[in-house]
Amino acid sequence: MSYQTITDQPELLDHGPSSFIGKYIWSQDHKVIAIQYATTAIFVGLVALVLSGLMRLQLGFPNTFDFIDPSNYLQFVTMHGIIMVIYLLTALLLGGFGNYLIPLMIGARDMVFPFLNMLSYWIYLLSVIILMASFFVPGGPTGAGWTLYPPQAILPGTPGHDWGIILMLVSLGVFIVAFTMGGLNYVTTILQARAKGMTLMRMPLSVWGIFIATILGLLAFPALLVSAIMMMFDKLLGTSFFMPAIVSLGEQLGHAGGSPVLFQHLFWFFGHPEVYIVALPAFGMVSDVLSVHARKSIFGYRMMVWAIVAIGFLSFVVWAHHMYVSGMNPAFGFFFATTTLIIAVPTALKVYNWVLTLWRGNIHLTVPMLFSIGFIFTFTHGGLTGLFLGNVVIDLPLSDTYFVVAHFHMVMGVSPIMVLFAAIYHWFPLISGKMLHTGLGKFHFWVTFLGTYAIYLPMHYLGFLGVPRRYFANSGTEFIPESAQSLNASITVSAIIVGLVQLVFIYNVILTLRKGKAAGANPWNAASLEWQTPQVPPVHGNWGNKLPLVYRWAYEYCPPGVKDDFVPQNIPPEDLIKSDDER
Amino acid sequence: MTSGEDTTTRPPEGHWQSVSNDWAADKQAFSVPWGKLMMWIFLLSDTFIFGIFLTGYMSVRMSTVEAWPNPSEVFALEIAGTHLPLILIAIMTFVLITSSGTMAMAVNFAHQKNRKNTVIFMALTALLGASFVGMQAFEWSKLISEGVRPWSNPMGAPQFGASFFMITGFHGMHVSIGVIYLAVIAAKVHKGHYDQHYDKGSHNIVEITGLYWHFVDLVWVFIFALFYLW
Repeated sequence: MSYQTITDQPELLDHGPSSFIGKYIWSQDHKVIAIQYATTAIFVGLVALVLSGLMRLQLGFPNTFDFIDPSNYLQFVTMHGIIMVIYLLTALLLGGFGNYLIPLMIGARDMVFPFLNMLSYWIYLLSVIILMASFFVPGGPTGAGWTLYPPQAILPGTPGHDWGIILMLVSLGVFIVAFTMGGLNYVTTILQARAKGMTLMRMPLSVWGIFIATILGLLAFPALLVSAIMMMFDKLLGTSFFMPAIVSLGEQLGHAGGSPVLFQHLFWFFGHPEVYIVALPAFGMVSDVLSVHARKSIFGYRMMVWAIVAIGFLSFVVWAHHMYVSGMNPAFGFFFATTTLIIAVPTALKVYNWVLTLWRGNIHLTVPMLFSIGFIFTFTHGGLTGLFLGNVVIDLPLSDTYFVVAHFHMVMGVSPIMVLFAAIYHWFPLISGKMLHTGLGKFHFWVTFLGTYAIYLPMHYLGFLGVPRRYFANSGTEFIPESAQSLNASITVSAIIVGLVQLVFIYNVILTLRKGKAAGANPWNAASLEWQTPQVPPVHGNWGNKLPLVYRWAYEYCPPGVKDDFVPQNIPPEDLIKSDDER
Repeated sequence: MTSGEDTTTRPPEGHWQSVSNDWAADKQAFSVPWGKLMMWIFLLSDTFIFGIFLTGYMSVRMSTVEAWPNPSEVFALEIAGTHLPLILIAIMTFVLITSSGTMAMAVNFAHQKNRKNTVIFMALTALLGASFVGMQAFEWSKLISEGVRPWSNPMGAPQFGASFFMITGFHGMHVSIGVIYLAVIAAKVHKGHYDQHYDKGSHNIVEITGLYWHFVDLVWVFIFALFYLW
């Protein structure tokens, strides 16, 4: 049992690994593992970003780029989707920020099982390598769409139906193993390893978001694992779990009696909680960033916690709203539409609370704050279009159009990315000890924020026109006016600009790491525990000889009668400096 | 929730004393060792895996167009001239449930710090588990010799074979892993590995192993009810 070394022999902690390999490669330190996770996730995220650029080039300027054929296009769509949702967002939010923030925010020295944590990263890396390998096998990666619906995913006619789909399913299985190892660690750490005084209702909302999201992951990923195993059997052994009697390319196949809709149910039983696996950590982190930079305690902390829990629960009973067009009993359609609309209640509550946190706050328009406010816009926007799509009758005509593309990109693409940037700009001084360049950061924010609107607002309109998604080209379609093409071209130009601006961000990171200004301890004057470590950036073991004692919640900003405008969680009440008028 | 509500007290001064006080402080959500809580959460996740396997099986059983074979006849054996439906499955179930009993006794002996009996009963549990896997191998080879394959089934719906091999295979894998897990822990208990452990005894690790083992048995009860008896 690895925990005994921490609990019983704290003197070991003063002697962290000293060799380069022990420290940075085979590291069991949650901070190093977090950075490994984040670096890998951002790398694959850039691959997915390039793929989206290639898709946009084809859509904006058809018949221009010879190297993009319809098969490539479908492969780009698929790989872009699956990488962004699973290998970037899930891995970066939970593996990256979860790993970094949980022990620091709850006052622990590390995760409870550091070795398992290290294993989690290496298995994640393996899943990424398997996924990337599918670009180089005969036939290329799968082009079945990120939902991988059978029967087409494994039949001839779909790109990558021979090797790509197998590697994709294997990679997903390996990813789930990695996630389970990490996830068990996060949940156990949060429940069992909190510092003295850190009650559950004193935890920062980031930890609450990551906590509930991890539980969702542990209960939702099994559905993906099982459906991947069953599809693999259908593909390799010729079973018929998901395969009905079918004629493919003029040939009657040996399959009979399977149910393609079963796969859709299983996939979305995973897929919808997955949306909240991405969203809940983002909700939590944006709450913390907003509170710090508005110098005001988060509005309605208890409500925020219970909203996270309620959203987590509800996310398991809405999955079939992704399947209205697959056909279902109207009673089920009614049920799933109702639960979907109910989920808007706790979500709207959170949005109100974010806005009320800002209200009459002392707002500092720093880069993390800009991204957080941007998130409130994009998330509200994406959430509102979700209300349209949650209703059966409105969903039917809009399904599989660009309206859907615009909706889910606003709500679970752009919004979590906004929070991720807010979080990176906010916690970078803690992670590296250096402050990212503000001017470059503001430039990055404005181009990204306005650029995403330039990309996705017109897509809503294209959706109303009925332009179908996932199509290689729309030429010769009578109901789509010529003007739609100029809209497409403008979207592509915006997308390329937004994509290129991310290079400014990377340049900013490299520049800061090389010759950035030292940020000093706690540059944002944050009250939460992760900024109160004896050394910044925190070293191996996090807290030196003495674990922190926690006296209050994480949002003590501008308390009456105190000189400073914030009180860290670990300052004893008798050590507070009274303000002048109280003295 | 806000300031002023001071629920923490300072530990006694002193360098390492305060650190160990911090770690020993009453701050855990569940008063169980970390490893045991993690096993519980893992089993919760694993419950969803088996739940979805069984849901998938029931779904294809409804969607298939061919007749579902009668499990009591498929799994019947002729023993000494008598036709006994489901006899092998009944024995397998009995063996596995018995192994849960021996596991519980091993946990009891671990709490009594009776190292020898702990090891004996863990080994017995592993043995019963291994014989379960052995009987499953016999059952598989019998079905394969009768022509049942994951992709086809002379007795009716091909999904019968597919679900059978997938679900019992996945469960059998769990049992096999459990046997190895039991053997490793039993060997370590035998060597006295846990006597120098922080809680001075092997009861925790034996209990954690037992949790996994009982879970695997419980899953079998559901497979038995939903696949063999239905």
